[in-house]
Amino acid sequence: MTAYTGRIASTARSRTVGSRIATSLLYPLGLPTLLLVLWGLVATRTTSRFFPDPLTIAEAFRETWVGPAFVEDVLPSLARLGLGVAASIVLGIAAGTVIGLTRWLRELLEPLLEFLRAIPPPVLIPVVMLLLGITDTMKVVVIASGAVWPILLNTIDGVRGTDSVMTETAESFQVTWWERLWFLVLPAASPRIMAGVRQALSVALILMVISEMFASSSGLGYRIAYFQRNYLIAEMWSGILLLGLVGVFLAVAFGLVERRVLRWYHGIREVNRA
Amino acid sequence: MRVFPTRRLRALRKAMLGVVGLTGFLVVWQLIPTLGLINPLYLPYVTDVLERLFEQLVDLAFWRRLGSTMTSWGIGLTVATVAAVVLGTVVGLVPFLRRATHTVVEFLRPIPSVALIPIAVLMFGIQRQAALVIIVYASFWQVFVQVIYGVADVDVVARDTARSFGLTRREQLSHLVLPTTLPYLMTGLRLAAAVALILAITAEMVIGNPGLGRMIELSRSAGDAAGLYALVVVTGLLGLMVNIVFRFIERRVLSWHQSVRGEEPL
Repeated sequence: MTAYTGRIASTARSRTVGSRIATSLLYPLGLPTLLLVLWGLVATRTTSRFFPDPLTIAEAFRETWVGPAFVEDVLPSLARLGLGVAASIVLGIAAGTVIGLTRWLRELLEPLLEFLRAIPPPVLIPVVMLLLGITDTMKVVVIASGAVWPILLNTIDGVRGTDSVMTETAESFQVTWWERLWFLVLPAASPRIMAGVRQALSVALILMVISEMFASSSGLGYRIAYFQRNYLIAEMWSGILLLGLVGVFLAVAFGLVERRVLRWYHGIREVNRA
Repeated sequence: MRVFPTRRLRALRKAMLGVVGLTGFLVVWQLIPTLGLINPLYLPYVTDVLERLFEQLVDLAFWRRLGSTMTSWGIGLTVATVAAVVLGTVVGLVPFLRRATHTVVEFLRPIPSVALIPIAVLMFGIQRQAALVIIVYASFWQVFVQVIYGVADVDVVARDTARSFGLTRREQLSHLVLPTTLPYLMTGLRLAAAVALILAITAEMVIGNPGLGRMIELSRSAGDAAGLYALVVVTGLLGLMVNIVFRFIERRVLSWHQSVRGEEPL
């Protein structure tokens, strides 16, 4: 029944190519445009200095971030973010696989990990600052030490959940340990691992910003806090916009990687559903 | 019959190993400054940290700060949940709205909430409201996205059946949409509770409104390592408690649902 109505709707709509393109553009772009216009109207009417109109912000964005500031502030921030995330992925998957496969180790560490994970990651910033001083290493360590938990715990769960029939089959075919790890355990755990990486990315971004707001003389987080303290309102908004763009970019990039890594998995689910 | 003792034995072994793990962690921590691997100024002895922790527990000022943090947490979580459930249900049920809001949601959701700290400070100054902006923004998306997924997950056959039996809109909401959405909502709520706590403490650290986070920042700048570590342990215990409580609520509310019912016949 639903398929039937669907077809009628589409034939009615596909009368002209032009109107089809218009609707497919209107849906994703309509509301954002409306909101921007609304913001602009409110900004010109209001007496509050804290909400400049979108054009001013766009102008400030171009002046602030296009040029040397991009190399001095944005790239180092992103490099620290990338290093931290990479370290947490390697560490989380390696440790998670070992812990997940070894029963006594898992039971030994479970309560401890449960506690360590519950510590709000930004609280680690003062601790790592105390141990390492205010350095780039400290920021990378902060990012990694906050982002590692979702990956680690998800890997443990994923490795544990490997299908026992497959494990036994692999054993009776005398597949070597490394091969079993590479062809069975890691692929079986990969959906969970990717879910962990997704959480880790958002934690890492938060830690990147706060670690720079706290202790830095460069970087995105530092810049935004600096603009705020000096009442450079439009510049501050442009920084927030840039952070938003970084967040969106990370989400899109992750989506692409995930689709590639888990292609087999999505395929199986689609077949099962049909 | 014979399964029971082995299962109990196994549970006992698990608990024992867990205690051994925790003790081992504390012993290693104590040994690192004792052996001089790290200066006790930077990594204080466990005994000192625990002593400080117990000192805090009998200090009224500590409880007041804890109360302040948890108040921000509670208000933020409630506001975010109510807003997300209402908006999520409306947007999820109306296909037009779902298509129209998609881009905006996908752009706003990945913005790290801490990016909003400067605006919040400008708008509200060093007050709880500034922290609430951050808390609500972060936890809103956790619930909102889950509610939208949940509302969209209503079984097509069940919906058509309800429609042909002439259920009113309100009946459909309470008998069809609500039971389908509840597991998603509970997941979102559990995530949001953890996120709200993280941001309540973060906001206090960065903005400086009174609470545990500000205390952490103060003991860092005062060079009071033992106090700092004691507070970190406190936040960990707090996070653990929030997790446990919300997992418990989830199991209670969803006791009728297959995901809980089918787990173990205990």
